[in-house]
Amino acid sequence: MKTHLHIDWTSCDGRGLCAELLPGVLDRDDWGYPVARGKVGRERTDVPLRDADREAAREAVFLCPRLALSLLDGKAPETGKQVPGQ
Amino acid sequence: MSQANDTYPPVPLQPAQDTTRQEPRLLAAGADAGWEQHVGTFGSSEPHTAGPGLLEALAEAGLTGRGGAAFETWRKATAAAGSVRKGLFPARPVVIANGAEGEPLSFKDRTLLTHAPHLVIDGLIALAAALGGAEMYVYAPAAGLPHVQRAVGERPRGKRIRVVQAPETFISGESSAVVNMIANGSAVPTDQRRRLSESGLNGRPTLVVNVETLAQVALIARYGAQWFRQAGTGTDPGTRLVSVSGPAPVRDVVLEVPGGAPLSAVLREAGMDPAALSAVLVGGYHGRWVRPAGHTLSPVGPPSRVVRPGAGVIHALDLQACGIQATARIVSYLAGQSARQCGPCMFGLPAMASVLNRIAGGEANPRLASELDRLGRLVSGRGACRHPEGTTGLVSSALEVFAADFRAHVSGYCTGPGGAAA
Amino acid sequence: MWAFGRVSGFVSLALFTGSVLLGILNRSGRPLMVLPRFSISLLHGNIALLATIFLGLHVGSLLLDSFAKLNPVDIVVPFLGSFQPFWQGLGTVALDLVLAVVVTGLLRHRIGQRSFKAVHWLSYGVWPVAMAHALGNGTDVSSGWFLLLAASSAVAVAAALLWRLSPSFLETSHARQGNLP
Repeated sequence: MKTHLHIDWTSCDGRGLCAELLPGVLDRDDWGYPVARGKVGRERTDVPLRDADREAAREAVFLCPRLALSLLDGKAPETGKQVPGQ
Repeated sequence: MSQANDTYPPVPLQPAQDTTRQEPRLLAAGADAGWEQHVGTFGSSEPHTAGPGLLEALAEAGLTGRGGAAFETWRKATAAAGSVRKGLFPARPVVIANGAEGEPLSFKDRTLLTHAPHLVIDGLIALAAALGGAEMYVYAPAAGLPHVQRAVGERPRGKRIRVVQAPETFISGESSAVVNMIANGSAVPTDQRRRLSESGLNGRPTLVVNVETLAQVALIARYGAQWFRQAGTGTDPGTRLVSVSGPAPVRDVVLEVPGGAPLSAVLREAGMDPAALSAVLVGGYHGRWVRPAGHTLSPVGPPSRVVRPGAGVIHALDLQACGIQATARIVSYLAGQSARQCGPCMFGLPAMASVLNRIAGGEANPRLASELDRLGRLVSGRGACRHPEGTTGLVSSALEVFAADFRAHVSGYCTGPGGAAA
Repeated sequence: MWAFGRVSGFVSLALFTGSVLLGILNRSGRPLMVLPRFSISLLHGNIALLATIFLGLHVGSLLLDSFAKLNPVDIVVPFLGSFQPFWQGLGTVALDLVLAVVVTGLLRHRIGQRSFKAVHWLSYGVWPVAMAHALGNGTDVSSGWFLLLAASSAVAVAAALLWRLSPSFLETSHARQGNLP
């Protein structure tokens, strides 16, 4: 079972605590919001975690000042999402 | 199918000679079709008796969503049906007919709701019945609302369908925004830890299905999968509605075209000469610019030969117009339509629009093109909905198709006569 | 008991001042020299908890003290005390608010961001009320070191507030105002 770190972008305010706790997983963009390193597409919202990063991810979930992070065990949600405009 | 009416297909069984020439299927009942015309054209049917066999027929037909994502309808429905059975008590599922059409260049769903609301409702009732009696909603913008309400009022069992008005914003039709609007009166996308087919409206398994897709479901329920596949190609079976618009004298028109139709043939059918066009925007504001020749419309295939129809928007740009200015206008619009919930979209899209406007305005700065590319890669994949990557996709197709114009712009001149930098 | 009650009150107020300052710094999203953001966040919470413990000692010792004659009802309901009921009542108000802020802070993951945030805003109200209580009710107001401490705390908190309201407060404010990097 692969664990994913889910970023709720509607809550995230880019304070940067997660990027400090998970420097190998997350970088920050121009506006401070987290960017998953080396990932594209939906893996930037449901970021796959290595086992070694799991503990730090748990701390990030606990310390996120906006409660924007959560851990997803198992398969990350994918597909079936419609495109805006329709 | 038990309710299939093989004796009265509205379309001849022989495929037409010309690949784009398509007898109307969805709009066969004519203008402003009421209940009488509907039954007279398509024959009577009992959509509420549909069972799980409908999902099998949809799989056999290979119907894909006509709202943009082109996801296989049967897979989506089967996922929702699977979630119903999970858990101690089966949760009553929800099916929502999505008629929101925030895309400014799209008008095919409005047309369909105006002229064939009963076909959409047939499909809604059939799909809800196939899921074991789901709650039913029709979500439609102001333009389609009175037609839907009239149709719901004039048919048996219409009272079970609830009609909700969709606001006129670009993202109002995104599926989580649809659910959010019905649940909370706010048509902005929500964070999805779980798929809507698992947990949507009030936590129930929820299917948000485009209205044209439902009309296709109604036809498949009546005439079967084999009939559906008589139009289109093996990889893109059936027909689709497209909203075609173009430079001034060309009238906006909704066409029903077979799957895998050549883009140039569709343009000709709408009264345009492909040779007199500089580029065509296919799939809408989240779509892609292509050169008018060579591409076919299909959700699957190599991007060099195939362009995804998305929600069926085809918008032609004449040779005199500047593609960069057109794209800059669209991206500015899209930046303004951000729900301003997700940081990368809220800040990234206006930044992209600003860079693109500087290029369009003729600022001779070679850094701008790479900055635009960097911003596009930065925002993509980072939001509650796909607004950021939809916008990025449009911009990167513009960088590709209008590459020469970009080079001209950043060296200080515009190739089009309307160019401010000329 | 009397002396201990006074001293624990000062310590509690000083710690709360520190927690408020760290809270504002935390909100800006900036690290403090060698301290990373998550440490500031932890420090902010832990100092507030420590301050609450001293607040408990402050109230508990004065309850037991024969001179203060604090009534258990005064801990919950403000403005009923026998000695300077208004100034003492402010202390009760501050105590009740602090408890609300601390409890919702600890239960943040349970009650959700919205409720947490709504209650946490009260912190901006707690601090001046607690300071007023110390100045009005305290018996050490005349002493120089106390006034110095109070004045410097007030200046620090006021400065932090002004910074909080300034347009360049956020670490990322430059980029978020639409400037290219």
